[in-house]
Amino acid sequence: MKRLALALLFLATSANSQTLRIGLAEDPDILDPTMARTFVGRIVFAGLCDKLFDLDEKLNIVPQLATSYQWSGDNLSLVIKLRSGVTFHDGEKMDAAAVKYNLERHKNMKGSNRRGELAVVSSVDALDPSTVRINLATPFAPLLAVLTDRSGMMVSPKAAEAAGEKFGANPVCSGPFRFVERVAQDRMVLERFPNYWNKGQIHFERIVYQPIVDATVRLANLRSGQLDFIERVAPSDIPSLRSDGRFKVARIVEIGYQGITINVGKSDMAQKNPLGRDARVREAFELSLDRDAIVKVAMDGEAQPGNQWVAPSNQYYGKSAPLPGRNVERAKQLLREAGVPNPSFTLMTPTTSDAQRIAQVVQAMAKDAGFDIKIHSTEFATSLNLADKGQFEAYVLAWSGRADPDGNLHTMLACKGPTNYAGYCREDVESLISQSRTSLEPAQRAAAYDKIAVQVARDRPIVYLFHRHWLWAHNAKLSGLRTVPDGMVRVQGLKMN
Amino acid sequence: MGKYLLQRLASIIPTLFFVSVLIFGLQQLLPGDPAIALAGEDRDPNVVAYLRAKFHLDEPLPLRYWYWLSGVLQGDLGESVRIQKPVLELILEKLPVTIQLAAMAMLIALAIGITAGVISAVKKDTAWDYAANVFALWGLSTPNFWLGILLILLFAVQLGWLPASGYVSPFEDLKANLAAMIMPAFVLGNAIAAVLMRHTRSAMLQVLSSDYVRTARAKGLNERVVVLRHALRNALIPIITLGALEFGTLLSGAVLTEQVFSIPGFGKLIVDAVFNRDYSVVQGVVLFTASVYITLNLLADLAYFLVNPRMRG
Amino acid sequence: MAAVVSAAMELTPRRRAARRLLRRGGAMFGLAVVLFFVLVALFAPWIAPHDPLATSWNAVRQAPGAAYLFGADELGRDVLSRILWGTRASLLAGVVSVCISVAFGVPIGMLAGYLGRWVDALISRITDAMLACPFLILAIALAAFLGPSLTNAMIAIGISATPVFIRLTRAQVLSAKSEDYVEAARALGNPHLRIALRHIFPNILAPLIVQATLAIAAAVIAEASLSFLGLGQQPPAPSWGSMLNTARNYVDQAPWMAIWPGLSIFLLVLSFNLLGDGLRDALDPRHK
Repeated sequence: MKRLALALLFLATSANSQTLRIGLAEDPDILDPTMARTFVGRIVFAGLCDKLFDLDEKLNIVPQLATSYQWSGDNLSLVIKLRSGVTFHDGEKMDAAAVKYNLERHKNMKGSNRRGELAVVSSVDALDPSTVRINLATPFAPLLAVLTDRSGMMVSPKAAEAAGEKFGANPVCSGPFRFVERVAQDRMVLERFPNYWNKGQIHFERIVYQPIVDATVRLANLRSGQLDFIERVAPSDIPSLRSDGRFKVARIVEIGYQGITINVGKSDMAQKNPLGRDARVREAFELSLDRDAIVKVAMDGEAQPGNQWVAPSNQYYGKSAPLPGRNVERAKQLLREAGVPNPSFTLMTPTTSDAQRIAQVVQAMAKDAGFDIKIHSTEFATSLNLADKGQFEAYVLAWSGRADPDGNLHTMLACKGPTNYAGYCREDVESLISQSRTSLEPAQRAAAYDKIAVQVARDRPIVYLFHRHWLWAHNAKLSGLRTVPDGMVRVQGLKMN
Repeated sequence: MGKYLLQRLASIIPTLFFVSVLIFGLQQLLPGDPAIALAGEDRDPNVVAYLRAKFHLDEPLPLRYWYWLSGVLQGDLGESVRIQKPVLELILEKLPVTIQLAAMAMLIALAIGITAGVISAVKKDTAWDYAANVFALWGLSTPNFWLGILLILLFAVQLGWLPASGYVSPFEDLKANLAAMIMPAFVLGNAIAAVLMRHTRSAMLQVLSSDYVRTARAKGLNERVVVLRHALRNALIPIITLGALEFGTLLSGAVLTEQVFSIPGFGKLIVDAVFNRDYSVVQGVVLFTASVYITLNLLADLAYFLVNPRMRG
Repeated sequence: MAAVVSAAMELTPRRRAARRLLRRGGAMFGLAVVLFFVLVALFAPWIAPHDPLATSWNAVRQAPGAAYLFGADELGRDVLSRILWGTRASLLAGVVSVCISVAFGVPIGMLAGYLGRWVDALISRITDAMLACPFLILAIALAAFLGPSLTNAMIAIGISATPVFIRLTRAQVLSAKSEDYVEAARALGNPHLRIALRHIFPNILAPLIVQATLAIAAAVIAEASLSFLGLGQQPPAPSWGSMLNTARNYVDQAPWMAIWPGLSIFLLVLSFNLLGDGLRDALDPRHK
């Protein structure tokens, strides 16, 4: 009897240590890869849904559900070889027919958020059970990177057909863990999928994702041992965590950016304001900023200064447009030349603590050059609306980032880009962007990006400020963590020692 | 009495109607296009169009109100656009959590409030009175989110006695559930304790100067017996009926307490929904809680009516 | 003091009430603190050692010391100066909100109580509806609608608190209406407005003052709560609520950022509460 009790106790405690508890900064939205719209939802998908391809720490494309790929000679079709023996959580086979179904679902389903990314895909053919061919209307370099995100996630066609729009309530994917339950704003519970193709890499029985919005409380949970891992640690909490041996901190430079979008043509407000009207005023504004100081004060040093849509360390960073330094004298001179020695404008700032700090630091810095900035605090949802209508002069806006640089550029700076709040449209930049998307040669793409960077640096529709650090903190006993710049918590290889 | 009851019942319908108009109006008048807010950072035009159609956003406001209201009357409170779950399901999911939090908070509030109120009334105008006053008032004088954060830092991080946040179902693990709920319940109850203290003090002072108590004292009964057995018992009814009305304050306070402690109850649901422009959720939940509040109000009125002989005639 | 005592010999109801108030230590303490904060708010520009908006990159989150008596905040601004200047915002938040509630609530309540019948029914149902929605939810929705700012927060809180004053006024009017002197005035042919202002209004003054004082306390807390959600006074302008909101991210590293605004809110709200309770005791004829 005693032995039984002991065995049960052992099982109980070891079962507990087989649950990974992750603290998220927000509650994800719909758990359907086709309809999902949030960054934080992707973190849950990392445990739930495998995708055709994945990214490694250097942002290279590596196989996951697909094993290899081959572009056709004219770059208008991509042939993908699929891994064999993969099944979905409901037992259905993950084969070419399933991939075809999924890609068509991403493209055609009402309310799909993936249509933009897959716009150039004209059709999908299942050549044989383990080979898929994706046909494109024009060559599209970012396609593989797109397939490492939600567009590459494969769900069970049977379950998707049956559930239709309601699939997100009970997602059936092919990832290492399968869906157990979700209590809105409380937790999402996943349990190990025994038939996962890479099961050797999975060392947990369950994952529980808990959204805890307040960063202080999220950290308190880690400290008190209720969570094993938290994402988005506040930069000011890092020093005390690092000196605590019970925890480890991971730091990754994001693939997104934080910047200030300026209305240069979205509405007539652009012409009415010197900042939107005159490139010299924008140059003076940028010259009044000390990016290093902004990072130090507003982000506690946890960011990398940048002046383009990709970080300076990225291979597609335009070296011909390097980071400018602060030059208040030159800024004042430019303002005199422009005839507005004391320009005034409104900086629309979402009410998040990051944006508020950045806006206040920028306000103080630009004052030295003569700028009178008024901070207009706006609820985030409202700010998106105002930006969409062009009802702003400048806007503190961040972008979560995509693996391919095109994902950070096209939607903001292409003439018809959905998030082109600046209202920026130049024929030469437009054709350069097009070139950078349709050429598959990295060297050619880099050359195009270089030229775009120079022009954008001159026009300044967006004043890029820096690239934030994804800050993770976890129990020191947790090993196997991979720090990929997309900020996703990959569960393969994670182990509690 | 019957006439009064019917009158009160009849007044519920117009009240609920106004609640529905109020909350619908407030939501729909929130600035900006909800479709854009819900479409996320990608702002895919197809998604925006899809959401506009789903919300009937291109149709006139009164028509949208009618769609919503007719749905409600048939038991369909709509669906959370953000996570695609029916609002009714969300309500039922979170109802036990909120009820437990409210009940525990009320118990704590009663314990603190009645004690402080009795002391304050019995030892009127002495140092005890002021002390009891301040003790009950300090809960009302501190923002509850602030108190919550301080308690978390003390009891969860420093001492490790209680979990920092979160919720465990009592059916899963009662001990963990109570451990998680005690701090938020305390924070919430604290604020209401002051109100209950005031009611108690008021009621006790009234009862203590009544003939009934004077007789008891004249009979030579022990003062403590007089206070606790005779006075308090009579004072309890108005205290409890007035206390029931504090349900509304509880829910108000729960809004922030649940945010801080990550308790998945109504408060957190509503606040997140307002900021995410998840209309159906706000409308559905507020309508639901308003109905409960109105019902409690009615019951409290009835109880007061029944025990108060003056009103019955 | 002597003048008060000798005048008190007359023992009018007002004088008796004032005496009762003076005797309640808690209320006096509350009054003293409130007056202290009012003075601070008025003289802030002269007593604040630094410009509350002046940032200093080298003093980020500096501990309290000679340069910054209460320490510095996340942008190197002096916490003490921000507290002193922030008194204005917090007092305004409390007082203006309640003024709005009273300005709308009392007339509407009087209309309801005095006119009766369908006017009363309509107003009462709408008031019930507003009271049935959680106060903070109404305030959040209104503040979100109007946009995040101190002014909008005051409007939002003011409107959300109006139903309480409508109810209060209506109840007082109803009970006053049945008094003999009002019936006599009507019989004498006095116009409604005069009756309302001359006879009824003074009687509701006492509970109104009590409720208003307590409501100010609640409004200051409400402003802090709205700031917690990003809807109150926006940076860089100081208010205790928004200071507390920013400070909660730094409780470990810079506790002084939170202690002082938290303490200030606590003192001010406690004082208004004590004062309100004291006024209620002093003005309520039932309590002796």
